[in-house]
Amino acid sequence: MSHADDTAGSRRDFLYYATAGAGVVATGAAVWPLINQMNPSADVRALASIEVDVSGVAEGTQLTVLWRGKPVFIRHRTADEIKAGRDVKPADLVDNSAENDNLPPGQDGGDANRTLDKDGAWLVVMGVCTHLGCVPLGDAGEFGVGGADKQGTGGWFCPCHGSQYDTAGRIRKGPAPRNLPVPIAAFSNDTTIKLG
Amino acid sequence: MAGIPHDHYEPKPGFQTWLHSRLPIVSLMYDVVMFPTPKNLNWMWIWGIVLTFCLALQIVTGIVLAMHYTPNVDLAFGSVEHIMRDVNGGVMLRYLHANGASLFFFSVYCHIFRGLYYGSYKAPREVTWVIGMIIYFLMIATAFMGYVLPWGQMSFWGATVITGLFGAIPGVGTALQEWLLGGFSIGNATLNRFFSLHYLLPFVIAALVAVHIWAFHTTGNNNPTGVEVRRGSKAEVEADTVPFWPYYVIKDLFALSVILMLFFAVVGFMPNYLGDPDNYIQANPLATPAHIVPEWYLLPFYAILRSFDNTVWAVQFVHFITFGIVDSKLFGVLAMGGAILCMALAPWLDTSSVRSGRYRPMFKAWFAVLVIDFVVLMWCGSQVPSTFTGWVGLIAATYWFAYFLVILPLLGVLEKPLLQPASIEEDFKSHYADPVAGPAE
Amino acid sequence: MFRKIAISAVSALTLMTGAASAAGEAETTDVAFSFEGPFGTFDEHQLQRGLQVYTEVCSTCHGLKFVRIGQLADAGGPNLPEDQVKAYAKAFPINDAASNPQFVDPDTGTARTLLPSDHFPANNAMKAPDLSVMAKARKGFEGPYGLGTNQLFKGMGGPEHIYSIITGFTGESKDIAGVSFYENKAFPGGWMAMPNTAIAADQVTYADGTPATLEQEAKDVSAFLMWAAEPKLMSRKESGFKAVLLLGLLSVLLYLTNKRLWSKVKGKKLAH
Repeated sequence: MSHADDTAGSRRDFLYYATAGAGVVATGAAVWPLINQMNPSADVRALASIEVDVSGVAEGTQLTVLWRGKPVFIRHRTADEIKAGRDVKPADLVDNSAENDNLPPGQDGGDANRTLDKDGAWLVVMGVCTHLGCVPLGDAGEFGVGGADKQGTGGWFCPCHGSQYDTAGRIRKGPAPRNLPVPIAAFSNDTTIKLG
Repeated sequence: MAGIPHDHYEPKPGFQTWLHSRLPIVSLMYDVVMFPTPKNLNWMWIWGIVLTFCLALQIVTGIVLAMHYTPNVDLAFGSVEHIMRDVNGGVMLRYLHANGASLFFFSVYCHIFRGLYYGSYKAPREVTWVIGMIIYFLMIATAFMGYVLPWGQMSFWGATVITGLFGAIPGVGTALQEWLLGGFSIGNATLNRFFSLHYLLPFVIAALVAVHIWAFHTTGNNNPTGVEVRRGSKAEVEADTVPFWPYYVIKDLFALSVILMLFFAVVGFMPNYLGDPDNYIQANPLATPAHIVPEWYLLPFYAILRSFDNTVWAVQFVHFITFGIVDSKLFGVLAMGGAILCMALAPWLDTSSVRSGRYRPMFKAWFAVLVIDFVVLMWCGSQVPSTFTGWVGLIAATYWFAYFLVILPLLGVLEKPLLQPASIEEDFKSHYADPVAGPAE
Repeated sequence: MFRKIAISAVSALTLMTGAASAAGEAETTDVAFSFEGPFGTFDEHQLQRGLQVYTEVCSTCHGLKFVRIGQLADAGGPNLPEDQVKAYAKAFPINDAASNPQFVDPDTGTARTLLPSDHFPANNAMKAPDLSVMAKARKGFEGPYGLGTNQLFKGMGGPEHIYSIITGFTGESKDIAGVSFYENKAFPGGWMAMPNTAIAADQVTYADGTPATLEQEAKDVSAFLMWAAEPKLMSRKESGFKAVLLLGLLSVLLYLTNKRLWSKVKGKKLAH
């Protein structure tokens, strides 16, 4: 075999590899859009974060808004609810973690780690029971202010399987494993909460 | 895949033999891909691959578009705008699908006229040809129903006009039309069923394409000389053919790549050029656009449909002898169907003993006129009807029928063909020098 | 026989040309927009001016229901800052509540303020057509002789048509059955329902100091409506360009591969 043949051979191989390579790149470039089109579209992404006017939410009431297709409870807590939430001992919690997307992971489930503001007046939680995804009823259950006898003062009760949440949205009783999660939320001004 | 003798797949001991004795799929693939193909095929033999690609493109983009489209009269137009504005890459997906139909039809016309010129329809390839014609017919149906889906003005009124043709059928026409539409006019029921069928038919086409390929793999490919591959021995076959892989796969992929380059230039830079602006106006049953035209690829047959009005003596004559059953509307519908049927019957209408147009001097001229005729018909179909376009359309439509029903049968008798080469090898050697002996492969 | 027909066809064609040009078709002025051609891009300042014209003039009668207000912040579009878009949406009036039930509280019957995630409201109060895809729903150019080559070289002419309508009023008007029609050189048929007082010079005051002549307003709003009709125009051209480049490279490689492959089978082409 002469030297010239070797060069011709490797040049041919290179051409074939280059062609095959370009073919693979072209195919890959064609496949990606077909996958990407299934990702959330721009109009869906435009609703990834919404602003909620909470100026009309009086103390002791809550607003339920739909955010990313799920209910979010925005509760303006009374002083009694705040106190009830803060008096709970960590040992009584089923899930002693904050479950708060606004905090770094690993924080404990103390009441202050659950609320939006320092005073603890505003509680924002996903309205989805952590058991099987039902929407819990507000101002219900044994863990509102005053317990089961005094309805209408915070706490949530899931009608599906009886999970009970306290005034900070923490699981206290029933089959649900975790506290109601706190989504990314912040005050964008005094009367507006931005979700997401 | 009987017919041309060639090497077959030999499973190696072990897994290959195990699989082969259970499912000879590798053997089937091998026979398809290594099929001995005449080595003198020219650039008009690339359209099969382009068409296969088009079908795949339309099915794939169609499936993803269907994930975002809503077949409802109130929502369809908006859902298309949603695709164009919000869906990731939606604008390209939709324009690829819309212009893909144009590429599909452009290629199928090249493919059909290739067949008509080189006599690919002649025995023993009649079945391949007829299946091809059925595929073409289904393509028209699919494209027509797909065009209704965006629910623009042209969608709505084009569908109104074309489904109105069914009303021309004597006796059952009105009942048939209402059955087809699911109502007294185009409405939500029509849109929904057209969406369903538009999704279904491409898979029927895909199945027929497999049969189409099966049929011509049984007879072997035609080639520019029209002379059959010699089948006396393997040596003869090897002198006349090359295996499909890699020779024609690479050649066809090269052609496809060039064509797609042009295609993407159209999609990227002028995606609405082939469309009608009226289809960006939401369908309105109360206002008809000034000028209803189908997409360009249906224009020739639309022109034939329109050509035969009741001033044409043939229409009046048929009207008279059928006691008024065949009026001008029905005549037009029959003419349009007949134009495609004539093409499908070409294998039996062409009486020539010579297959390829290359060796038929008189045929060449008449064929050239047919190609021009096709373009003229297309132009006529796009025009606002006038006396002039009426006349041009009538003459062009008449030539279309004359070519198949008169010229093809007569030419076989009148024409003196040129001498054909004895074999593909001889033809090939007369065109190309022997390859320069290169390094051993 | 066929030669004869061909000749008569050509002469008839020539005759027809004369007839067509005499008939007085709708006139479209060709405007050199920045977004034309394979590499043309939207001019964001022009789109912002056009948005101003739409907002202050056109939106009184015309809706824009397929355009999401938040898209005004898109790079490659008007590219407005997010907070401006928010303020714009909040201030945008809903002139035709009946056509926009999605914004109306069914209990109180009052319309809420708009958000960037909302579409522009529809507006059918004056029976004026929605402008969302208007720039693609009209053609400014056609022919000659139905060949479509004018559209090939000048573009479809949608935005040009809008420009020509705005600048095409002659000042004449007439009443037919109690409805006023206004003569417009660019409108097919010559008489349209849009009043010639709908838009005039200096009807807006541009923040960037551009003189608001009627031509300038028309140009800007036409460009804006082209963006509204095809907001992905630039990314589409970019995808097309990349695809052409990649396929060009692939074509060259496949050509060489094909040539090398066939050199084993095929020698030089013989001259005849």
